[in-house]
Formats: sequence, C-alpha cells, structure tokens
Amino acid sequence: MKIVVAIKQVPARDSQLRIAPAGKWIEESDLSYEINEPDAYALEAGLQLKERHGGEVVALCAGPARAATAIREALAKGADRAIHIEEDMAAFDPLAGARLLAAALQGENADLILTGLQSDDLGYGQTGVILAELLAVPHATIVMQVEQSAGGIRVKRELEDGWFQYVEMPLPALLTIQSGISKLRYATLMGIKKAKSKEVRRVTAESLGVAAGPPGVVLERIYLPERRKQTQLFTGSPKEAAAQLVEKLKFEARVI
Amino acid sequence: MSILAVLEQRSGQWNRMSFETLAAAQQLARELDTSASAAVLGHGVTALAGELASKQLARIYAIEHELLQDYTPDAYCAALRQAIAQFHPDILLFPHTYQVRDFLPKLATSLSRVAVSDVIAHRIDNGAVVFVRQLFQGKVSADYRFAGEGPQFASLQAGAHRADQVAAGAASVEVMRPEIAPAEIRTAPRDLFRESQRAVDLSAAEIIVSVGRGIKEADNIALVQRLADALGGELAASRPICDAGWLPMERQVGSSGQTVTPKLYLAVGISGAIQHLVGMKGSRTVAAINKDPDAPIFEVADYGIVGDLFQIVPELIAAVEKAK
Repeated sequence: MKIVVAIKQVPARDSQLRIAPAGKWIEESDLSYEINEPDAYALEAGLQLKERHGGEVVALCAGPARAATAIREALAKGADRAIHIEEDMAAFDPLAGARLLAAALQGENADLILTGLQSDDLGYGQTGVILAELLAVPHATIVMQVEQSAGGIRVKRELEDGWFQYVEMPLPALLTIQSGISKLRYATLMGIKKAKSKEVRRVTAESLGVAAGPPGVVLERIYLPERRKQTQLFTGSPKEAAAQLVEKLKFEARVI
Repeated sequence: MSILAVLEQRSGQWNRMSFETLAAAQQLARELDTSASAAVLGHGVTALAGELASKQLARIYAIEHELLQDYTPDAYCAALRQAIAQFHPDILLFPHTYQVRDFLPKLATSLSRVAVSDVIAHRIDNGAVVFVRQLFQGKVSADYRFAGEGPQFASLQAGAHRADQVAAGAASVEVMRPEIAPAEIRTAPRDLFRESQRAVDLSAAEIIVSVGRGIKEADNIALVQRLADALGGELAASRPICDAGWLPMERQVGSSGQTVTPKLYLAVGISGAIQHLVGMKGSRTVAAINKDPDAPIFEVADYGIVGDLFQIVPELIAAVEKAK
C-alpha cells in the first residue's frame, strides 16, 4: 500500500503567543515549532499500516524552509521519503493550500492519503476533505482505526456523544485521523541516522504551476480574545490562593 | 441577499445545534434586512421540517431522497449543490457538527469556494459579514471576510448562538427531490454504535472536578480524585487523559464526550481547547487552576489560580476540608 501522510509544522503547543505589530499574524521570530499533533497521529497510523501490509510511506509537507525539521522527524520515525513544498503559506487560503498539495501528489499514485483532523494553529479542519475533493477520491474524517477489506478499506469513524460508525470505501481514498488513537513512536538513533540519506523532493508553488490566486476568504485581523467573563484571580502562596478560592466557593458561589 | 440555514437531523431527531444555527440565520437576516430560510436533508423528513412551520422563516425546504437516509458526503453534497442551484442562497450557515465537518469543505470546494469553519461570532461591517473564529486552540481570535463571488459558507461553533432565541412566525414547507444516482456514492456507511453503556452520568453531577494534560502522569490522577472526594463531586477529564487510558472514556467532557452543566466545574491543569469548552461552558460556576495565565480556560472561568497544580491542589483539599 502506498501511503502519503500530509503533515504541517505548527508552533509548539505551549508557546506564548504575541500578536505581530501588523495585527495579521503572530510574532514568529522566537517560536519553536513541532509537527501538528493530529498529523503526528496520522503519520503513526500510516507507519503502522505499512508495518502490517507493506508498501511505502511518503511524508508531504507545505511550509517554509523551517519545515525541513518536521520532515526530518517524519523520516526519522520511519517515513521512506518526503516531498517538501517550500513555500510561505500565508498567502494561501485552505483551498489554494490544498491545490498545492494536490499538485505535488500528481504522479504519486497513492493508495491512501492520511492527514490529521485539523491543525493546532489555524484549526480549519478542512485541508484533508478539500484535498479529497480535488483528487476526486472518497474520504472519511475523524478516523480512529483503519483496516484493509475486500474492496478497499474499512474505517472506524468517531461521531459525537460517544457514537461510532464503520464506513467502507474503495481505494484510493483520503482519511483524516483523530488525535490520541495510538501511542506515538519516538525516532530511534538508527532512524535519525537513516533519515539523513532519505530522499526529499523539493518543489515550490511555481514549479508545481499553482498560484495562490485571489483568496476566497481573507484573514483580516487577529487579536487576543476578549474575556467573556471577568475572572477573579487569586494570588499569593498556594495556601493563601487555595483559601481565597474556597472562601469564594463557599460564600459567593455557595457550592461548598 | 438571502440566508439559508442547513439543519441536521439523524433518524428523525434534530441535532440540538440545529436551532442555534436557525437563531443565527434569523439574526443575520434581521441585520442584513433580508430573510432566512431553512433546509433539512434526509428520507422522510417532511414531517420533521413541518416542525419549523411556526418559526420566522421565508421558506422551509425538505430535501428528500432515499439515498439521504444514511449520511454520506457524496449524497449530501450532490443534494446541496442542486439546492443551491435552485434556491440561490447567498449565505449558507451550518452547525459545526462532526457531520458538517465531514462534508462542508467538499461542498464548498466543488463550487470553488472556501468555507469559514467553527465560527464563534459575527458582525456587519459596510453591509458585509465579518466572521470571527479562533486560532491556536482558542488562544487567538481572528476576523475573516469573504472575497470574490458567493455563495458564502460558514459553520457555527456549538454554543455560539442561543437555541432559545429562535423567533416565532409562520412558514411553509417546500419538498425538493434532488437527483442522486447510487453510483455517485462511493462510501458505504454502517450502523452507528456505542462502545459501552455509560455507567457514569456526569450530566447529573452538581460538582465536577476535571483534570487535563497538566497532571502529567497517570499516578497523579489520585491527587485530583482526592479533591473531588473532598468536594463531594465527580471526577472528569479532558480528552487527552481518556485517550491515554488514565480515566475511562465515559468520564470525558467535551465535544466527543459528555456535555455538562454542574453548579461547580473545577478545571485542574486543563488549558481549555475549544473542544473541551463546548462541553462545560454552560456550568454555573467555573474555577480553573493552570500554570499558563493565557490559557483559554480562564476566558470562561469565574475564579482562577495561576500556578503549579501540584502545590495548589493539596492546599485546596485541606482548605475544603476545613471549610465543611
């Protein structure tokens, strides 16, 4: 089975974010980056499928030069090769971004394309489904489990309120993978060493013949959220803060 | 300019978020001085659509086809494309459910449009709608505007609008029968199921102490359990804790777990990702302990302590026991 896993590099989860002066994006200079967590689970699902059924895992990543570290990590964990669309993605809306990914996949003849259910930065939760439509393949989202079946694959989808559902579909297909469905592997020393000699195909929007074009949606401004509630914060030593909170819970909120 | 709310049902039952979307569509229609209509897709949903006849709507569309009985993205998109071609809505609003997340990006893409997903608010600026959504797991808000030609597609986050504010009126149902061929549908959905009977009904709990990633290790859960015991409350968790198997899935609060509205929700080491907040923001009193002062949980918290939970929780247990 030939599996492509689309990964994105995003600011590390516990980053302290500051708004850049132009108010269009965050200050990027002092951030550290990591593989978008849901995409890390998609990669893990891809590697496990390869271990079970054989084949190849190709990591696909669109992002600026710094994204090379995310690609290297994917290769070190076991991806066989990678495609890096080296591009600052700020000018690409979700549809234009997915067009880039689709163009890079031309000629790859992937059986299965996996990605995380959403990104931790923009959080559209759309790229996978858009890509499926552009590639004219069936898809399923928020997938917990993938197994091969007679005519293709059978996947377990998560629905709301504790409900699940199996869906069957032919290959090629695209799946967006739920976070937390398995344990993520670490890159081994051997893996890290091997990664250095693995192939990374570098392309750009220009070499793929895809332009960002006029956007369908425009991100006008970003800002820190207005607080919906005035939070009373208790300071001091842990003991003092705890005492103040308990007093409020007892006499103001009356829940103790 | 016209607005269409695309509502969600399953087996003839409304998804509760449908009425939030309806209220949002009515509000937007008032602000833009136009009318809102509603659509519901399925097989045998005309009677259900009739339940909307007492709402303030221009029209109710029951989109009927036997291939819409069980949801598939292919059938839903085929039907909605035909509805759009026939009724020409300018703005389509959807509840941001798992089902909508599955088909809306496909629908928009097939019409060369981009949907704005998981919207929390909107405002009108120069006659155009500005949609607000959250980035970075709720740490940052962003204003979005559509560019180019319509129709515009947006999905609305659970709890962003109030279902009880749907305005009353009178509307008639129009049945639309789209053409869908079985060969168009590439995925085969099977029956829905639940993994286990829920032994714990968190929705009935008056006090919930909930634990998140900040607890670091499975062994540390016992500390938060002691706090829950001291308060006489139920222990709950955010998704990563249940994914790791540290607590059973039935104790998970959030969009994929339970929705709770206790008198007190005490969040310990929970940053407050959107998916968690939608499950607990209706709580009467929210208190939070977190090391990150910018954690989104503080946006919905009445009381908060910024600091190390491993120092604060033992003091809190002692203080609660003393106060009783």
